[in-house]
Amino acid sequence: MDSFATAFAEAGALLVSFDPDFLSIVGLSLRVSLTAVALACLIGFPLGALVALARFPGRGVIVLLLNTFMGLPPVVVGLIVFLLLSRAGPLGVLGLLFTPTAMIIAQTILVTPIVAALTRQIVADLWVEYGEHLRSLDAGPVATMTTLITDARYSLATVVLAGFGRAIAEVGAVMIVGGNIDHATRVMTTAIALETSKGNLSTALGLGIVLLLLALAVNAAVQIINASASRRAVLA
Amino acid sequence: MVTRFAVLAVAFLAAFTAPVVADDRPLLLGTTTSVDNSGLLGPLLKAFRDETGIEVRTVVRGSGAILQLGRSGDFDVVLVHHPDAERAFVAGGDGLGRYPVMTSRFLIAGPDDDPAGVRAAPDAAAAMERIAAGPYDFISRGDESGTNAAERHLWGLAGLSPWTARGGWYRETGSGMGATLNMASVLSAYTFTESGSWTNFANRGDLAVLFEGGPHLENPYAIIPIDPERHPHVAARDARRLVDWLTGPVGQAFIAGFRVDGEPPFAPAR
Amino acid sequence: MSGPASILPLQVSHLAFEANGVRLLDDVSFTLQAGRRAVLLGPNGAGKSLLLRLCHGLLRPTSGEIRWAIEGRARRQAMVFQRPVMLRRSVIGNITHALAVRGVPRGERTARAEAALALAGLSPLARRPARVLSGGEQQRLALARAWATEPEILFLDEPCASLDPAATRSVEALIEGFHAAGTKIVMATHDLAQARRIADEILFVHKGRLIERGDADSFFDAPQSEEGRAFVAGELLW
Repeated sequence: MDSFATAFAEAGALLVSFDPDFLSIVGLSLRVSLTAVALACLIGFPLGALVALARFPGRGVIVLLLNTFMGLPPVVVGLIVFLLLSRAGPLGVLGLLFTPTAMIIAQTILVTPIVAALTRQIVADLWVEYGEHLRSLDAGPVATMTTLITDARYSLATVVLAGFGRAIAEVGAVMIVGGNIDHATRVMTTAIALETSKGNLSTALGLGIVLLLLALAVNAAVQIINASASRRAVLA
Repeated sequence: MVTRFAVLAVAFLAAFTAPVVADDRPLLLGTTTSVDNSGLLGPLLKAFRDETGIEVRTVVRGSGAILQLGRSGDFDVVLVHHPDAERAFVAGGDGLGRYPVMTSRFLIAGPDDDPAGVRAAPDAAAAMERIAAGPYDFISRGDESGTNAAERHLWGLAGLSPWTARGGWYRETGSGMGATLNMASVLSAYTFTESGSWTNFANRGDLAVLFEGGPHLENPYAIIPIDPERHPHVAARDARRLVDWLTGPVGQAFIAGFRVDGEPPFAPAR
Repeated sequence: MSGPASILPLQVSHLAFEANGVRLLDDVSFTLQAGRRAVLLGPNGAGKSLLLRLCHGLLRPTSGEIRWAIEGRARRQAMVFQRPVMLRRSVIGNITHALAVRGVPRGERTARAEAALALAGLSPLARRPARVLSGGEQQRLALARAWATEPEILFLDEPCASLDPAATRSVEALIEGFHAAGTKIVMATHDLAQARRIADEILFVHKGRLIERGDADSFFDAPQSEEGRAFVAGELLW
């Protein structure tokens, strides 16, 4: 109980202090996860739309894999990326291990299946509604995908949030490929792990509260956007 | 809109990806949790940078993992405390040599009321025997770290190997020192730790140091620069300077003068 | 609205369509020329919608042939469905989208969309989200959207089935306007009264077969087939 009270106090102190170390950790968390989510959407939106619309042999297997990989354990992804980027590994010459880039790569791999699988579902549902009209217009594949993704934008915003939530909250992948280096690859989750291992439980919890507030802020922003969209009847 | 996004993304990645030439990039040091948890590294490496201008980045894992990463060339220099493994590492051709830096003390910690009577034991091995005799709950790291190796060595001296019995009183967390200490604290169990980690550990609960000192509880740290012949990309020059500085008078004096709550967790090698 | 080369006449020969082992259309043959408003008339489930979709290319026939006068037919056609598909955009956005898909240059789209809206009497609603419009307004938007793409032939699948009489009248007025401008109208309906109002010629469909075909006046005065007679008398319900 005492830990909780101290934790809230520590969280508050951190937030108002503008301590540069703390701010750089928060900044790096956002930089890594937002970049990863952006890349995941760049890959996942068209991939999901493609799988939703195209008919090809083995499509069922792809759908199964996408859905399964939504639950990829972060530590496993971290391990695989680590083995790829280690000097002893195939991509070792790039020298990317223990850098933010490696963390972005790992989180992108983690988030892309989520974006792709959920996009697939959303686009498939929208296709049921729009299909005949688009075919009547003789829309090509690119025009079709663009139309569906654009019109599904508010649902897809929720997908982006889900991806961001996954990225900002994971610790397994970024710990292994980033190394939790002070002032270089330390993000909120790895900092929490470190403080926990040092027994500084209140500090760890305080950081955790800040992380939750961050996620809350992002979700609130999207919810406001969605609400205004509903009012303008674009969602229904 | 899609193309604009793509351009942005590529620019982003490019900014992060630019691989840096070995001479310009920071020195990558692999070291163990005990050194990191003590809080020594921050001020120590800052002093090093102030004097030489070389920035050192530290990745913290268990000794086993650090040496493994050293073998694949992912570090420029490693600082660990597992003498047998270190000697094998150098013999294997991945390290240039083993340079002693400092020692810390291993500790047997446990609940303050000490039901096993560890405080009164004549030596470390006997203390372990008393814990096994209960048997009283014991939390081990079980992660092939230097600390874990020393712990098993002690059990060996007492003629015991509790990790084979899966008895329930002997638990291996497979995690670092911190997680192990946390568990021991919560369960009021005995555990094997060392002074670097212990001095800064903030969640002691009713844990106390019950036994320390003696020949088997010395914990030697050594620094090993990675061999540039086997791994040409390592920053060999900067690594050499770190080794020289740490084993030289300035570094050694710094280590000797380092205090946590008035206590020195480390003693210099000379 | 025939261009330098028209896609009409449309020739349909021995068209058949089967699904799940059931023959839904059998041996349908006819030719459609430019000009006269053609109405596919028949009870529910007769196969009218199916026939329209086959002609438009949304479905592939099991056997038989659909031949247009020239290839590249898709871009000269448009279709309006019973329930209009409204994109999650503004009213004018729905039209500019269709124009974009059809390759109309960006600069021209707004002007053409506004012209189509004006024709359909929807100009005041241009910026509204299309999905808040009433049923009749949405159907008029679907028509305006189809019109904006300058089709030679317009297929309509029971466009007024879900509308009240007032909305039906405004939709029919639009269709009349398109016909006057030269677009070939091909409409499916089960509504006898509507067919009387609109049709120049009737294709009477029942249980997957083209039973009868002829001028609207002749058909309504004296249907040649037994089913036709029953239908005109209001007795053929399916």
